[in-house]
Amino acid sequence: MLRKASLFPEEMLEHVLSFITSDKDRNAVSLVCKSWYEIERWCRKRIFVGNCYAVRPEMVIRRFPELRSVELKGKPHFADFDLVPDGWGGCVYPWIAALATAYPLLEEIKLKRMVVSDESLEVIAKSFKNFKVLVLSSCEGFSTDGLAAVAANCRNLRGLDLRESEVDDPSGQWLSRFPGSFTSLASLNISCLGAEVSFSALERLVGRCPDLKTLRLNHAVPLDKLANLLRGAPQLVELGTGAYSAELQPDVFSNLAGAFSGCKELRSLSGFWNVFPGYLPAVYPVCSGLTSLNLRDANIQGADLINLVSQCRSLQRLWVLDYIEDSGLKALAACCKDLTELRVFPSDPYGAEPNVSLTERGLVSVSEGCPKLQSVLYFCRQMTNAALVTIAKNSPRMTCFRLCIIEPRAPDYQTLQPLDLGFGAIVENYMDLRRLSLSGLLTDRVFEYIGTYAKKLEMLSVAFAGDSDLGLHHVLSGCEKLCKLEIRDCPFGDNALLANAAKLETMRSLWMSSCSVSFRACKLLGQKMPRLNVEVIDERGPPDLRPENCPVEKLYIYRTIAGPRFDMPGFVWTMDGDSV
Amino acid sequence: MSPEDGSNLLESDAASVSFKETELTLGLPGESRGLALIEKTGGKRGFSETVDLNLGRSSTVDSDHKKYSGESETDVQNMAKPPAAKAQVVGWPPVRAYRKNAMKGCKYVKVAVDGAPYLRKVDLEMYNSYQQLLNALQDMFSCSNFTIRNYLNERAVTNQEVNNGVEYVPIYEDKDGDWMMLGDVPWKMFVESCKRLRLMKSSEAIGFAPRTPSKCSSSN
Repeated sequence: MLRKASLFPEEMLEHVLSFITSDKDRNAVSLVCKSWYEIERWCRKRIFVGNCYAVRPEMVIRRFPELRSVELKGKPHFADFDLVPDGWGGCVYPWIAALATAYPLLEEIKLKRMVVSDESLEVIAKSFKNFKVLVLSSCEGFSTDGLAAVAANCRNLRGLDLRESEVDDPSGQWLSRFPGSFTSLASLNISCLGAEVSFSALERLVGRCPDLKTLRLNHAVPLDKLANLLRGAPQLVELGTGAYSAELQPDVFSNLAGAFSGCKELRSLSGFWNVFPGYLPAVYPVCSGLTSLNLRDANIQGADLINLVSQCRSLQRLWVLDYIEDSGLKALAACCKDLTELRVFPSDPYGAEPNVSLTERGLVSVSEGCPKLQSVLYFCRQMTNAALVTIAKNSPRMTCFRLCIIEPRAPDYQTLQPLDLGFGAIVENYMDLRRLSLSGLLTDRVFEYIGTYAKKLEMLSVAFAGDSDLGLHHVLSGCEKLCKLEIRDCPFGDNALLANAAKLETMRSLWMSSCSVSFRACKLLGQKMPRLNVEVIDERGPPDLRPENCPVEKLYIYRTIAGPRFDMPGFVWTMDGDSV
Repeated sequence: MSPEDGSNLLESDAASVSFKETELTLGLPGESRGLALIEKTGGKRGFSETVDLNLGRSSTVDSDHKKYSGESETDVQNMAKPPAAKAQVVGWPPVRAYRKNAMKGCKYVKVAVDGAPYLRKVDLEMYNSYQQLLNALQDMFSCSNFTIRNYLNERAVTNQEVNNGVEYVPIYEDKDGDWMMLGDVPWKMFVESCKRLRLMKSSEAIGFAPRTPSKCSSSN
């Protein structure tokens, strides 16, 4: 006999729920019935808000009174590539102010692509007595003054991670603001800082924090000081070096090699700015244990690079510049059978001619040699359908596939055909594909394949592709799990967008820039879909000064229960029923 | 909110669907969006052969599959040729621009020229090699009548009036406070360690023995 949900003891349900941490599962639990909704909301500890404008902080606070961890994302992804003008938005201050009042016990704040002022950091530093983790990923708007406030006030801080953020007027003195009694640091990532940090303060901090597992230095920390730091923290699991060059001196080298040998737990290495190859063998003692190696900023080439990578037989993740070339990737494929993630970045992205011998063959080698491959980001200058078909068949576990052929609309260089068939094979074979970025010459046909096969696709990035609205229509009508769609420079206009308006409410966001969506269509969409914010970004001035059928420069549409936002700059217009 | 009346945008029954720009219809919740457009009848059939759409402003789908992006066949062949120098497209390729700022230490160092009343500053990060730096210094002090002794190539970098030129030797002060000749260490290492530059008159350059050419291979 089934007991009704309402007769189930609350305490028992709460206990069960404490084991359920995934957001999706928590959301599902809250939909079962009203009492489960109530129980769940009172015991939810972590929340992820993928778009800070989708909901107002007061709404979050009202529903979840006991949060300990808040994660927010601000600007759209294409902001990384300068497509979102400065001042667009994403200011975190209103959130911080609201959280400060509502959650004195808050422990974690994680922000991505948000504008964070020093004032926000000061509020964080002073409002949360038990604050533990601050992650600022690709954020901007703050200086080392804000960091100093965090260092001085957050007595229980465990993690400070500034990954890829832009920090103004950096001065190294903020590190000295950690009190001498402060010993709780477990993770520090300052790799994005431009200027020197006070090395003595850094050394003392590292030496007195026994739980320090992650240390990512910036390029200003010189190589000859690295050994001292490592000896002070032999328990490190993740290390980002500073600049990796110095005059080659035997004692400095042996000191460094000895220090690395002492780090038995080291599993992840990054940094390596300005590499002097003579010092690379100093890391060889740790290579066999490495699971993650990030050489994205390392100017190592040829044999030096291949020798280093070949030592890392346990490697699961490799980020590297295209200096690795096809030959290096072939060696990688032979050595690193556990590889799951590969990112190859361009050393000379804006050069007209190739500067390295990196082609589709490199990626084919890796797909052949590394059966566990599941995430790829690959910049190259040529591709063929045949190569893509081979790669598609070799890597059944792929969940994230991003290919960037540097020349827009580049065809299969052997057949001169579009790459529709190649990407078609990709989506047909990768049953679990969640993220896809397209490039090269592509017609509407590739979108037909995507709409047909990519049923688990959550994020799609499209540039310089397609022929007509049919392309966009295929994607919007076929990709059931689509969450984020970002499009630039494609001939997509009003029809597909309007025909699939309802779909947009099931997605987090849609970005379209340099396409053919008219102002009239934007207005119509904004009027008819109150739960979407339709934002027109146009630096040419007010769109209603131009004919209605004139295409807008940029369009950002996202679902929201917060209504239109009020912090838009002068070049952003919201299309809703009232304002239009 | 009632669904818009009128034909659904991409209807399947007509062989050709005329599209009036003034009648924009919305695919609202509850409406079916079944389309014959993507009929799967076993073999792959060109979708453009199923329905011939006249989409007005949008580029028309040509039943000839060789038409890409509205361009003709000749353009396809043109695309195969290597591109001439072209304007950079904003945000393409999609690489993060911030990295340049993070790594740019803005390495300004003072340059003193013996006998000159003024100091100049150069940003070493702007150059990739000793040669570039020396050329820039030459340009910078071009009003002065001098040559810079260039040990790297064993030839002097001169300006026009070489006859009356005074020869200068470029030296730098490194992190340890020692004065060194340019060219001994790899370029990047030099940039890291250089605190300031001085163009010293050759006549005073005792104690700075010129390096042998083999040690001066320009390793930039």
